[in-house]
Amino acid sequence: MKRREFLKAGAVVVMGTAAAASGVAEIAAAEPQLHTLDPHQAETLLKMTRRIFPHRRIDDGPYWSVVRDIDSAAKSDAGVAKLVREGIAMLDAGGRRFVEMAEAEQTAALKRIENSAFFQKIRTIELQTFYSDPAVWKVIGYQGPAYKFGGYIKRGFDDLAWLPDPPESASPKPA
Amino acid sequence: MARYELGDDSVIVIVGSGAGGGTLANELCHKGFKVVLLEAGQRQSPATFRNEEWFAFNQLAWLDKRTTSGTWRIAKDFPNLPAWICKTVGGTTVHWAGASLRLQEHEFKARTHYSNIKGANLIDWPLSLAELEPYYAKAEDRMGVTRTNDIPGLPGNNNFKVMYNGAVRVGYKTVNTGRMAINSRPRDGRSACWQLGFCFQGCKSGAKWSTLYTEIPAAEATGKLDLRTEAMALQIQHDSRGRATGVLYADHNGNHQFQKARIVCVAANSIETPRLLLNSHSSTFPHGLANSSGQVGRNYMRHTTGSVFGVFKQPVHMYRGTVMAGIIQDEAGLDTRRGFTGGFELETISLGLPFAAAFLSPGAWGEDYANLLDDYPNMAGMWIVGEDMPQETNAVTLNPSEKDQFGLPVPNVHYDDHPNDLAMRSYAYKRGAAVYEAVGAVRTVAVPPYPSTHNLGTCWQSEKPSEGVCNKWGQTHDVANLFISDGSQFSSSAAENPTLTIVTLALRQADYIADQCTKRNL
Repeated sequence: MKRREFLKAGAVVVMGTAAAASGVAEIAAAEPQLHTLDPHQAETLLKMTRRIFPHRRIDDGPYWSVVRDIDSAAKSDAGVAKLVREGIAMLDAGGRRFVEMAEAEQTAALKRIENSAFFQKIRTIELQTFYSDPAVWKVIGYQGPAYKFGGYIKRGFDDLAWLPDPPESASPKPA
Repeated sequence: MARYELGDDSVIVIVGSGAGGGTLANELCHKGFKVVLLEAGQRQSPATFRNEEWFAFNQLAWLDKRTTSGTWRIAKDFPNLPAWICKTVGGTTVHWAGASLRLQEHEFKARTHYSNIKGANLIDWPLSLAELEPYYAKAEDRMGVTRTNDIPGLPGNNNFKVMYNGAVRVGYKTVNTGRMAINSRPRDGRSACWQLGFCFQGCKSGAKWSTLYTEIPAAEATGKLDLRTEAMALQIQHDSRGRATGVLYADHNGNHQFQKARIVCVAANSIETPRLLLNSHSSTFPHGLANSSGQVGRNYMRHTTGSVFGVFKQPVHMYRGTVMAGIIQDEAGLDTRRGFTGGFELETISLGLPFAAAFLSPGAWGEDYANLLDDYPNMAGMWIVGEDMPQETNAVTLNPSEKDQFGLPVPNVHYDDHPNDLAMRSYAYKRGAAVYEAVGAVRTVAVPPYPSTHNLGTCWQSEKPSEGVCNKWGQTHDVANLFISDGSQFSSSAAENPTLTIVTLALRQADYIADQCTKRNL
């Protein structure tokens, strides 16, 4: 529900998705309203979540949704807030801030902390939020819930045409 | 619906409302018995199911804390989720994919046929395929299994087209859309399959058999069933003669209640069933109820599973339609020339994008993984279901330090892969990859086992009371009015998905209980 509100509020995201579908993912999505994260923390988490599951065809919108869910988790759980605060400080501790690093350096920095509770928490939230996001489904090509359309029985469940159809003894025609 | 007094000691109490418990409840109600059915979860319906993987997981799965140990990868990937089974009315029949295969004759006699397997605790079932056949036939009719009772097979989806063509090209002969408890045409008041693709999330079309909307409403219609939801069984109590007297449970408010009983049947799935017996220890039974053999919780089996996904140049859209859309059966027989004993089935499987991301490589992240997921629409998938070797040390035990919300020790599930299991999995991965490569896969991915959906053997049947927990009727050797009524009874895991056999055993057990009551033995 919250994600849908966010998507509705950000027409930019829709544009971003359209751009992504055509191979251009340059349009910056609107930053969400945040409760606990400051702008630097939010920016760091945005870059971090992009590096964890780097889908070049997907614009920042769905990654911002993940940042917003991290923000919500931090708001309702002081332990998560501490983990995030300290984790970001850890990423910035090397002299240069994480957001200023090149992509390959960011990935290497994350690799060094991949077993930390901080990394695992961010990855877990991202895994669940990001791949459940209809905007992501649209770009990758997953059609999702089928009930409201009456299932896939008339929407291509057997439309694969690059291989021969099995005989009816193996695969009867639909009733 | 019936409401029986807590003090009514003429009722039969059944713990768990899934394939075993739900079916047994219906049979006993139709025979005129008064049945109290205790279900730990809530009652959902096709209307409350959702085609969303994480939502459904949180709505249906058993998420109470469990711990793991052993060499199996589950202990590393999912340390607190050894099993993906359900806590809801209908149990895991809400989640199951519908594959309904009879066990093969030799699989009932593992000790006889699988000789000299070091480290395996092999035993013969105290019954034969021939004894079960009439009940298999009854179960298939009850569940509406395709390719039985003149019910046509289901139409195959895209995922099956890929499997079929690859299988035929590598020389497999027995490949079809399988025997499924999913309506291929309207039957028993339920619709034909809509090809939703969300079998695991609760079937919203009702085409897939589940006790939730078949056996349980039928039992309620008799006026004999007292179904109590959010009722967590805590302990089975007994009298000085060693007979079960009833079940202590926590009701939906968390208050303890004691329901007296004439007979107690446990069908809580193969982790909670032995846990309940172990938690029912007393001064008379210090090692747990019905555990004079020491086998309660032991011989935990979970099938030698794993998946193979193939990535193709062109779209497949595997998520469209039934999850188990077809099967290759050529590897299911016994042929030790392959380097292992027992056999395995290959069945299509699909995951939606959210679960594909979670399960294709647990814990993975980064560029390669994102690239793999970018290919999601071009993937086909299959699941390996193979017989795993029973080992006494693979066991459900009580965790000595961790307690659940009721103050009872949580179960620990220990599993070490047997060398035979590893050899079979390795072979099956190669065969699965060969199937996909035969139709042009650009990449194949060997996916490690998911949390166990087939949990078996922890209170198994045995001829001798010293070797197992119950007899061939599921009646415990030690306590005459205590029955095991789920997959815990299995004396071998066999290569087949277990639900049909669980239902078959429940139908047979109901006749036995009725007969024994008539003869005043119970």
